Amino acid sequence: MQKLQGKAVCRGIVMGPVSVLRKEEQQVKRRRITDADAEILRFTESVEQSKLQLVELYDKAVMQAGESGAAIFEVHRMMLEDEDYLDAIHSMIRTEMVNAEYAAAVTGDNFSEMFAGMDDAYMKARAADVKDISERLVRNLKGEIETGLLYREPSVIVADDLSPSETIQMEKENILGFVTVHGSTNSHTAILARMMNIPALIGVQVDLEQLHTGMTALVDAFSEEVIFEPSEEMRKKAEEKIRGEQEKLLMLQSLKGQQNITSDGHKIDIYANIGSVSDVGYVLENDAGGIGLFRSEFLYLGRNDFPTEEEQFLAYRQVLQTMAGKKVVIRTLDIGADKKVDYFGLENEANPAMGYRAIRICLKRPDIFKTQLRALWRAAVYGNLSVMYPMITSVEEVENIRAVTEEIKGDLDREGIPYQVPEQGIMIETPAAVMVSDELAELVDFFSIGTNDLTQYTLAIDRQNEQIEEFYNPHHKGILRMIRMVVDNAHKAGKWVGICGELGADTELTETFIRMGVDELSVAPAMVLKVRKKVRPCKALD
Amino acid sequence: MKKFTYEIKDQLGIHARPAGMLVKEAKKFESSIVIRKEEKESGATKLMALMGLGVKCGDKIEVEISGPDEEQAFEEMQSFFSENL
Repeated sequence: MQKLQGKAVCRGIVMGPVSVLRKEEQQVKRRRITDADAEILRFTESVEQSKLQLVELYDKAVMQAGESGAAIFEVHRMMLEDEDYLDAIHSMIRTEMVNAEYAAAVTGDNFSEMFAGMDDAYMKARAADVKDISERLVRNLKGEIETGLLYREPSVIVADDLSPSETIQMEKENILGFVTVHGSTNSHTAILARMMNIPALIGVQVDLEQLHTGMTALVDAFSEEVIFEPSEEMRKKAEEKIRGEQEKLLMLQSLKGQQNITSDGHKIDIYANIGSVSDVGYVLENDAGGIGLFRSEFLYLGRNDFPTEEEQFLAYRQVLQTMAGKKVVIRTLDIGADKKVDYFGLENEANPAMGYRAIRICLKRPDIFKTQLRALWRAAVYGNLSVMYPMITSVEEVENIRAVTEEIKGDLDREGIPYQVPEQGIMIETPAAVMVSDELAELVDFFSIGTNDLTQYTLAIDRQNEQIEEFYNPHHKGILRMIRMVVDNAHKAGKWVGICGELGADTELTETFIRMGVDELSVAPAMVLKVRKKVRPCKALD
Repeated sequence: MKKFTYEIKDQLGIHARPAGMLVKEAKKFESSIVIRKEEKESGATKLMALMGLGVKCGDKIEVEISGPDEEQAFEEMQSFFSENL
């Protein structure tokens, strides 16, 4: 038994036989040739053959991973048409009178080193692409077919790293999961794994020499660990977990593509709550209509300094592009004394839930707030973005937010940076906000009711405190009346209203919410289909 | 010979995909088209060299076009950059 940690790039849990992918370092021998023209002709044929293969791979990737996942193979094909690259190989064949395999391998290494030496993470990662095409050329020159990639039974693929062409060529049905020693979350392999929805762990410090094909691996990409040769007890537990996951899936699969519509024809949106870019896969996988709550805290946690505007922009843009026009509601920073981040320099507070947090920090530290807003405004160009502000208690706060957004808008205009003003709404999670929701509704585009905090503040109950558990009643009439009041006030002003707290996924209340006229429920991705199942037999009217 | 300068607005700079598109576009013309960033330059039809310039968002590049169809190439390259990069 050997247990190792890694970084999950696509979640899930699987167990099965290991298949170790050892890249035989292609042995390329330098050979003297006598007829350079014939050798160049041979090389040109292998280029043409490679291009045909890449067209096929492109088509395959489009089917398995979509247009954007496939784009890399088009780039590979264009690299094979690169004048400098081809000229370098031709001239090496001619001047040194060496075989095409050798010329292609050496040239590939040179170009790939050029990319590896660049100071930009994106360009560095292109070194692997140049290697990939050079290896393809050599393979074709040698008349070898890509082997070792066909698995007869579903396996966990363990490798040092995987090239995009390796990943896409494996039969999807026969890949249980990926475990790699190297690779980054930016790599194409990670992107493809996510798009194909195959559990994958990267950065696992495993010695490939110690493994052999046929060993059993348990990949738990929820807890981000892989166990080789798990004990009987571990297997049993894992099997149970896997069965549970599968049953859930099967039961709900049939609801994919179906509408969230009641038996009397009333529609409601069901969106998903997520907390990181990599969760977007689950949103799509579970057929959510959009993202109703994207917590932006992940950008701020686990680091030593504030994320830059650029970093934030890229993350938001990626999500918007992946969601391709579906609504994405991003909540601005909701950090406070309970979710501590050292570099914010927050002090310990006696009552953090009621303390210096969320919009209160943003309004007192406009530097932090503006950076995030600028990134959001810029990203809004790339999709259907809505921005939502947390912990609102008053009309004045919303007016203060507006002053900041006007300011960044003016700045962006002056700097000539493209942006779009997103739809803007607020969280309703304090009793005060409920009571003035009629006035707030005039100022914003939508409401999203955060039931967790709203319940805590309304019932004056700390949910972490076990002693008072018996007093905690999330279905308290007081809460439900508040929700009704918020919905009515939003609709009077012609605005939409959603619920993004835990109560949104409480299927005992689904019908109640539909009857109140709630427009959207935002729930954990895994709950989307469950709530849909609940919605369909409901009646909106008696 | 005709020249124009352009400031890159695409957040990723001249990355793989737009570089590929640029190559395709540049190959339509007989004129030679050179992309220059500071002291480095590359032919617009050379994918890897182009990527190797490491052009980032906010960088100013110079595009130099010379040849029989330089008038038309000048127009079309300008609109290519403003639409794609």
